[in-house]
Amino acid sequence: MAWFKKPKKEITRAVGKKQVQVPQGLYAKCKGCGSILYNKELDKNFKVCPKCGYHYQLSSLERLYLTVDSGSFEEYDEKLDSKNPLDFPEYTDKIKKGQEKAKMTDAVITGMGKIAGQPASVAIMDFQFMGGSLGSVVGEKITRAVERAIEKKTGMVIVSTSGGARMQEGIFSLMQMAKTSAALARLGEAGLPYLSVLTDPTTGGVAASYSMLGDVNLAEPGAMVGFAGPRVIEQTIRQKLPKGFQRAEFLLEHGFVDAIVPRSRMKQTLGQYLKFFRS
Amino acid sequence: MRPFPAKGFSQVKAPKPLARSNGKKPKGDDAISAAWKKVQLARHPQRPFALDYIQRIFTDFNEIHGDRVFGDDQAIVAGFAYLGDQPVFVVGQQKGRDTKENIKRNFGMPNPEGYRKALRVMKMGEKFKKPILTFIDTPGAYPGLGAEERGQSEAIARNLLEMAKLKTPIIAAVIGEGGSGGALGIGVANKVLMMENSIYSVISPEGCAAILWNNREMIRQASEVLRLTAQDLRSFEIVDEIIPEPEGGAHLNHDSAAQNLKKAMEKNLKALVGLSPKALEEQRYQKFRSMGMFQD
Ligand SMILES: [Zn+2]
Repeated sequence: MAWFKKPKKEITRAVGKKQVQVPQGLYAKCKGCGSILYNKELDKNFKVCPKCGYHYQLSSLERLYLTVDSGSFEEYDEKLDSKNPLDFPEYTDKIKKGQEKAKMTDAVITGMGKIAGQPASVAIMDFQFMGGSLGSVVGEKITRAVERAIEKKTGMVIVSTSGGARMQEGIFSLMQMAKTSAALARLGEAGLPYLSVLTDPTTGGVAASYSMLGDVNLAEPGAMVGFAGPRVIEQTIRQKLPKGFQRAEFLLEHGFVDAIVPRSRMKQTLGQYLKFFRS
Repeated sequence: MRPFPAKGFSQVKAPKPLARSNGKKPKGDDAISAAWKKVQLARHPQRPFALDYIQRIFTDFNEIHGDRVFGDDQAIVAGFAYLGDQPVFVVGQQKGRDTKENIKRNFGMPNPEGYRKALRVMKMGEKFKKPILTFIDTPGAYPGLGAEERGQSEAIARNLLEMAKLKTPIIAAVIGEGGSGGALGIGVANKVLMMENSIYSVISPEGCAAILWNNREMIRQASEVLRLTAQDLRSFEIVDEIIPEPEGGAHLNHDSAAQNLKKAMEKNLKALVGLSPKALEEQRYQKFRSMGMFQD
């Protein structure tokens, strides 16, 4: 599998001067199968357990490297920054911490690039930044990315991971769901494809807006995708949820994703789909 | 019978019913008391619900049922009626006043089939070139097992996308609780109105208090920091108009509250019916497109 043998320096080339984080510590116990994994080994396999196939979360830069052709990515709106429209307690601090942790201004990277040779407008979310929550900056960047796809007549690819709406922005956060979905309505009317990639976890306001609206919805194996979090549901129905509930396989079974695509094949799959829809 | 939470969608345990919350005067400043008071009024069991307004505002309301896919969700009522001489399509989230009706209405928390029924009826509005009026009053979309199986998130997302495209006037009125995505699922409108004592929020005060202070009892403070009152939302230009309620709240005089909302709906509709289908879509797009606060 050549896809994980690419030299590390390619990462830097793919994403400009930004650095990809290497996990701390020497080894860890796999969340999927419990076996002891060397972090180096896990990293080499792009954070998929070589034993059980458990897909660990990726930062948006790691995802960008895996998804977008080397040297083809042009980032947009990278300086778009949050305000604190409600004067919400501790929000300004949380943003600052998120920016230090994720090394980006907010929870999504957007830009134009090529995926397996196919031009696309790309948005990649990052769970490290305040749980990938959907605030004004994420909503605006994604909306602009969709409008850019319309303008440049390319397909749109959004890789989602999010705990949902950003509470600290209150009603402004909620309205990003409408804003992004309206932009996707226009993309559709322009006859341009939207491929939604659902990664672990995608819930709440992001699940209930753009991430569920793909012409094709693709999910990584095991990704948790749902409207309400499992804890909320358990408390509502007062019973334990069945095993595998809200996982990608459950969504496939119930008709809400088109395919489950392992990380190693995602780029190639997206490229094929983009090519088909634009042919 | 399935056990239902006392009060809708929130991030944690089902909140206690209002009556059982201690009657002590809330700590903190007047703003905290004021916001909390609005929350209580918005959830008042005697407040006019969607059907109370529908009966008073329209004539010849005909309810129609079902999403044509799975079933009929009674947390959402839908149908057609006349607003004066104007034929309109109507969609509303419906709460119950007593336990029996609340079970039937699922406490106003729609399942996916409710959103799909709403969309079916709204698309009829477009097909037959009639305006659509929606009544928002929900603690949130239902966070249940079946709701997830049947794609709650897809159902809401689909409504957001489709409502953005509808080539007919849409007016949404928040009449009580505007609970997050569950409210927005019938709320992508050309004009959004809010009753004076209604609320509209991304999360319930209970859920916010649990996340922020790990303490559900801090709901008064949470009600304040969320800026969820009609007055807050008007100041943010998220809603277009606040509809006055009778002295003390809409629950004290349903007729008067409905009269005020009717007048506002008629006025707003008059301004919209002259617009071309394309202009209506564009106005709605730009309205939501401009929402958000960030630094470029
Ligand atoms: Zn493993």
